[in-house]
Amino acid sequence: MVPPLEQLKGELERALPGLTLGLEGAHLLVQPNDLVRLCQWLKSSDYHLDYVANLTAVDYPPDRMDMIYHLHSMAKKHGPVTIRVTLPRATPVIPSLVPVYRGAEFQEREVYDLYGVTFEHHPDLRRILMWEGFKGHPMRKDYVPENQDALE
Amino acid sequence: MTTLTPESQLLEVSLGPQHPSTHGVFRMQTVLDGERIVKLKPVMGYLHRNHEQIGEGMTYIASFPFTDRLDYFCAMTNNLGLAIAIEQLAGIEVAERGEYIRVIMSELTRLVNHTAVTGFLLNDMGAFGTPLLYAFREREKILDLFEMASGSRMMCNYIRPGGVREDLPEGFLERAREVVGNYPRFLDEFEALLTENEIVRQRTERVGILPKELAISASITGPMLRASGVDYDIRKVDGYSIYPRFTFKVPLGTVGDVYDRYYVRILEMRESVKILHQAMKEIPKGPAISPKGATLVKAPRTFRPPKGDAYGRIEAPKGELGFYLVSDGSNQPYRYHVRAPSFINLTILEDMCLGHKVADTIIILGSVDIVLGEVDR
Repeated sequence: MVPPLEQLKGELERALPGLTLGLEGAHLLVQPNDLVRLCQWLKSSDYHLDYVANLTAVDYPPDRMDMIYHLHSMAKKHGPVTIRVTLPRATPVIPSLVPVYRGAEFQEREVYDLYGVTFEHHPDLRRILMWEGFKGHPMRKDYVPENQDALE
Repeated sequence: MTTLTPESQLLEVSLGPQHPSTHGVFRMQTVLDGERIVKLKPVMGYLHRNHEQIGEGMTYIASFPFTDRLDYFCAMTNNLGLAIAIEQLAGIEVAERGEYIRVIMSELTRLVNHTAVTGFLLNDMGAFGTPLLYAFREREKILDLFEMASGSRMMCNYIRPGGVREDLPEGFLERAREVVGNYPRFLDEFEALLTENEIVRQRTERVGILPKELAISASITGPMLRASGVDYDIRKVDGYSIYPRFTFKVPLGTVGDVYDRYYVRILEMRESVKILHQAMKEIPKGPAISPKGATLVKAPRTFRPPKGDAYGRIEAPKGELGFYLVSDGSNQPYRYHVRAPSFINLTILEDMCLGHKVADTIIILGSVDIVLGEVDR
C-alpha cells in the first residue's frame, strides 16, 4: 500500500536530499525542477508507481497554472499518489515526464495544445487536437473564441 | 517526416482521414519502404469540439448527455464514470438497487462494445460484411434493452449520481435474462467461425506485438493491456460500485499480438455474461436512486459540491475512463477533464506498426479499438 502522504513525504526527503515538498489535502506539492527525479524514484522504489493514469492542467488566472499527475502502480495494484506542480501562468515551463513514463507523451501534447504549457525535452511537442497554425490555447480561462458570425 | 529525396525508395502516404478502416476521421501519416512502414504519425482532432470546455460552462448534471457522445458505443459506462466522480466530489451514497442496475448496464455495454469491435476487426481483415452483421445482430438485441430502460438506443443518458434516472421498466429483467442466456450460444457460433480459422490466425498471430513493459510504461489500459499479460482490471483493483460481490476472472493474453487482443475480448464477454447472471439473480427491490441523488437530479442548479477535487475512474470496455473534477464551490465545475482510454492507447501505435505491412497496420489499428468521439473529444 501507499503510505499516508506525510510518511511518503518524509521518506522522499530522506531519499532525495534537496527536495522542497509540501502537502495540501491529498496533494503532494512538488517544485517543477524536482518532478522527474521524484517520479524516477517513485517508479524504481518499492512503491513501484509505474503507471501515470492521468495528467492534466488547471488554470487559475491571473498568475497560477497547476499541473496534476495521478500515479498508480500496476505491479502492486495501489495508488493513487496525486502530485501537484504550480507554475507561473505567464511562462509555464516544466520538464517532460516522457523519459520516465511513455504514457505521458500524448497527454502532455494535449496540455501543451490546450493550455500552452511547454514541456522541456518532450520528443515531439506539437499541437495534437487543434490544427497547426491555430492561435491561442482554448482551455485557458481567458480564451475568447473568435466570433464565427462576424462578416469579414 | 523523413526527408524524401528522388533517389530514396521511401514513399510518403497519408492513410485517412476519410477511409472506413480508420473507424471515423483519423489519419495515419506514414512513410513506406515498399510495403513496409518506416514511420507512422497519428493525426487526430478532426472531431474535436472541446468537450472539456463545454463541460465547464454548464452544471454538473447537464454534462451527462454530452458524455454519451464521447465513446458512442458505450454511453452507459461514460455516464457511470462521471457519476462516480461527482459522487466522490460531493460524498453522495448510491441506492442499493441503483448499484445493481449500474452493473447490469455496464456489463451489457461491455458486450455491445466487444461484439462490435470484433466485427469491425474482421471487416478490417477483409471479411467484408458477414462477421460484422453477425455481431450487429446481437448488438441490436442489447440496444433494444437500453431503449426499454432509457428511451434511447445509443445516447442513453441514464445513470445519475446516486443511482439511475428511472427504475427498470416492467419485463426488463425477463427480456435481459433471455438475451444474456442466449449470448454464450452466439459466442460459440462466432468462435467456431473465427478462433481456429486459418486465415484469421495467419493475419493476426505475431502481428503488432506489444511487450508487457512498454504497455505498462505507455499507460495502456483495458483489454489491450491484459492481452499483453498484465493483470490490471480496475473492477478488481479499485473494487468500485459492487463488483467485489461478484465472482469473475480477468482473462490474460500471453503474446500481446492482435490475436490475443481479439481472444481476450471474447473471454471477457464470457465473464461479463457470468457477472450479468449473478447481478440479475441478486438484484433487490427498492428505490433506484438515493434521496440525495434524487434531489440533485430534480434541482441541478442548486447543487454546489464543496471546494476540492476528485478523480473518478472505472473500467470502461476500452480501458480506464477517468473524470477529473475541480470544484470551486459554484454549481459548475471549475475544471472538467476526461481521461479517454482510446486516446492514450494510441500512444504506441507507431511502435506496434513499424516493420509491418500496410495491410497489417489496418488491423493493428482495429485491434486498438478506438472511437473518434472519445479520441478527439
